[in-house]
Amino acid sequence: MQKVQTLLHRYPWLSPIVVLALLIVIFVFLGQVMGVGDLDNFILPGTISLVLQQTVIVGTLAIAQTIVILTAGIDLSIGAIMVLSQMFMANLAVYATASNVTFLAGQNPVLAVAVGIVVATLASSLNGFLIVRFNLPPFIVTLGTLSIFTALTLILFKARTIQGKEFPDFLGLLGTGFQIGPFTFTLGLLVMLALYAIFSYALRGTAWGTHVYAVGDDPAAAELSGINVRRVLFSVYCVAGFIIGIAAWITIGRLDAASPNVAPDINLETITAVVIGGTSLFGGRGRLIGTLLGTLIIVVLDFGLSLAGLDQAYRVLAIGVLVIAAVAVDQWIRKVKA
Amino acid sequence: MSATTTTQPLVQATDLSKSFGRVVGLASCQFELYPGEVCAVVGDNGAGKSTLIKCLSGALTPDAGEMFVSGDRVAFKSTNDARAHGVETVYQTLAVAPALDIAENLYLGREERKKGILGTVFRSLDKKGMRAEATRSLNELGVLTVQSITQPVETLSGGQRQAVAVARAGAFGSQVVILDEPTAALGVNESARVLQLIRDLRDRGMSIILISHNMPQVFEVADRIHVQRLGRRAAVVTPQSHTMNDVVAIMTGAMTVPEEEQQLTAVR
Repeated sequence: MQKVQTLLHRYPWLSPIVVLALLIVIFVFLGQVMGVGDLDNFILPGTISLVLQQTVIVGTLAIAQTIVILTAGIDLSIGAIMVLSQMFMANLAVYATASNVTFLAGQNPVLAVAVGIVVATLASSLNGFLIVRFNLPPFIVTLGTLSIFTALTLILFKARTIQGKEFPDFLGLLGTGFQIGPFTFTLGLLVMLALYAIFSYALRGTAWGTHVYAVGDDPAAAELSGINVRRVLFSVYCVAGFIIGIAAWITIGRLDAASPNVAPDINLETITAVVIGGTSLFGGRGRLIGTLLGTLIIVVLDFGLSLAGLDQAYRVLAIGVLVIAAVAVDQWIRKVKA
Repeated sequence: MSATTTTQPLVQATDLSKSFGRVVGLASCQFELYPGEVCAVVGDNGAGKSTLIKCLSGALTPDAGEMFVSGDRVAFKSTNDARAHGVETVYQTLAVAPALDIAENLYLGREERKKGILGTVFRSLDKKGMRAEATRSLNELGVLTVQSITQPVETLSGGQRQAVAVARAGAFGSQVVILDEPTAALGVNESARVLQLIRDLRDRGMSIILISHNMPQVFEVADRIHVQRLGRRAAVVTPQSHTMNDVVAIMTGAMTVPEEEQQLTAVR
């Protein structure tokens, strides 16, 4: 038992790997051997392609959430910023819009996407500014900006969804699919995986990453070691904003629309993915790869249970159990002794 | 007891004063640390020990007075400033990040990057180099009883953590190490190891300021004992010239030592 504890302490992403593998084995077994529901479709290339495509929105946002949570923070406004950003992108790129910013409409789509990413970065850095400048808890700040950014979106753009056929192709670019063998991937999936690679490197391979971990682990020790804790924290929210901006672009491509009502539960889903992935809500511990696994677990559960013909409620129930189990495991492995 | 040596102090503070509102932390306090010695700072709670140490380590800026390192006047604006002048501090709270490994902690805040384009453009850390250097410096201090340099610090015992913190302070070419209550949280055996570590550091030519409440330990390792009382220096004595009871008497004001009986110059 203690060996397991030490092992998990060293490699916190082991538990999501085990969970994911178990889920896949169970679903394959139920489908191929027991013939439950439509689960025999579970290992078809089409299903696997869909599962992977389905990860892009939560998966990309969860990168930003992971970096924030590593500093012992939390971002409840992640979904609101993403929606604000994608509404900027879509409303700027179309010619006819019912929004309150019609004078901005009809821009070059590349510019529109760039503005959207800048907006997301600025919005998230506002979170960072409030947290760092006024020493406010991230939970409270982002709870407030969740409302503020949601309201801002509605005030600026009204509640109008812009459909894919209305905006230029460039906006939906990341939804473009391509075949590799029997599998279909999208550009958005590639961009997400690239972001995972880049930020895994930034977190583990650079001094900035070490400082992010140190600030989340023990801010007092970090400060005494000569790290500018406030600057690191602020940089984390800026970086998170940039990732959220990319996620907004990916979302437009994935849904082929920009809607202010997209994914109301997205905040909680990103936190769920991070926690299931073995990152500690108390900061300083966890790996980005765990978050990717956590996202996969959510999506695989989703597909598996619905293919088995079970009600959506069972999937919500299973996620709830997983979250509590993940936090319990985190509490346990943090007590590790030499 | 007046010494004949003319050694210059490595760290010197003259007439340091610091107030917090109406509370006086330091009132025209003097301090000297000579090269290669262990100078203990003792005093009752509220005597200004912490304030003095924080001024010397750059954590506080004194209201008045001057500080010198190797004869040069210094005005530390931050702990990094002090560090740049070779003054390192090991805090009572240890100031290690528990989830980071030993090497990462040793290099925290001054990580080294790889050479070439990997380091300059991609900001890649030289993990291998830092681990090798960390192993070397822990070996040199004889504290490498840990299994692996990539072990998270939280899996170490209190004494091992203290050793990492001290090793951190002793690395990077520092001349002065300030230790704030280094044995406060440790058991008897671990305390003994840390005291040995302090002697080893001194034998390698480092100068050490030791803040401690533990009289037997102070008398065991200190070359000189700076007794702080009411925000100023009450006396500087040696373990040879005075007893523990004398020092406690000076701390509480029950005894005063005339200047000619004090040890204001170097003993080593």
